[in-house]
Amino acid sequence: MNRRNCLKGIGSTGALAAAVAVGLLKPDDVLAAEWNKTAFDAKDLASAVKSVGGAAAIVSKDLLIEAPDIAENGAVTPVEVISKIPNTTSISIFVEKNPAPLSVHVDFANGALPEVSVRLKMGHTSVIKAVAKADGKFYSATREIKVTAGGCGG
Amino acid sequence: MADPMKIRARMVGNVCDIKVLMAHPMETGLRKDSAGHVVPPHFIKTFTVALNGKMIVDGQAAQSVSRNPVFGFKVGGAKSGDKVTVTWIDNKGETRTDGADVG
Repeated sequence: MNRRNCLKGIGSTGALAAAVAVGLLKPDDVLAAEWNKTAFDAKDLASAVKSVGGAAAIVSKDLLIEAPDIAENGAVTPVEVISKIPNTTSISIFVEKNPAPLSVHVDFANGALPEVSVRLKMGHTSVIKAVAKADGKFYSATREIKVTAGGCGG
Repeated sequence: MADPMKIRARMVGNVCDIKVLMAHPMETGLRKDSAGHVVPPHFIKTFTVALNGKMIVDGQAAQSVSRNPVFGFKVGGAKSGDKVTVTWIDNKGETRTDGADVG
């Protein structure tokens, strides 16, 4: 389901009206986000990164990944990505060894700082990759997190 | 309807620190229940955070975000009393919108 259909769907429940009432869904404020199916469905890191546009990303020391070196519970691995690259407008976070590596993609606007913290599921010890977009260029950083108990159930 | 989100927004210096807990199972579609049946995927796909009606964060998520997702964001230019509004939409078209005042 794409975002447009989602919005049509919620319109019928009145939630859209509520969202408009609080000024959330003024058409010109809506950025772009249609769920990036290609990127989220990608089964390997390289194609997932490519699908968010980051195939030629440059490794940057100004893109920081804050996370524990060892995650005791892979079901809730706290990860924070902070970009100190000027004019960063989006951050994507990937877990290389997960069945679908892309976990989160965030676009920032209207004064939001280019930082995001999230808790991710990790099935195995894996490299976490962050990709940030700034001034039309892509930057990346990686960090390995060791997982002692997996988080993907089954 | 899903349970309400917990949203906390507070000023730290001149930056507003926003923490959101969304109540959601975030099923991957890979897990099996105790009877051995695959539990179908059910996860938040898109979410937005707005400050006084202006979108500041436009996010997309996958099944690999932990159950009951917790997100943290920061925004400049906010002040005490401003309104933070968060909306999510999942893969079944369910949605939830909640708000909080910046403290």
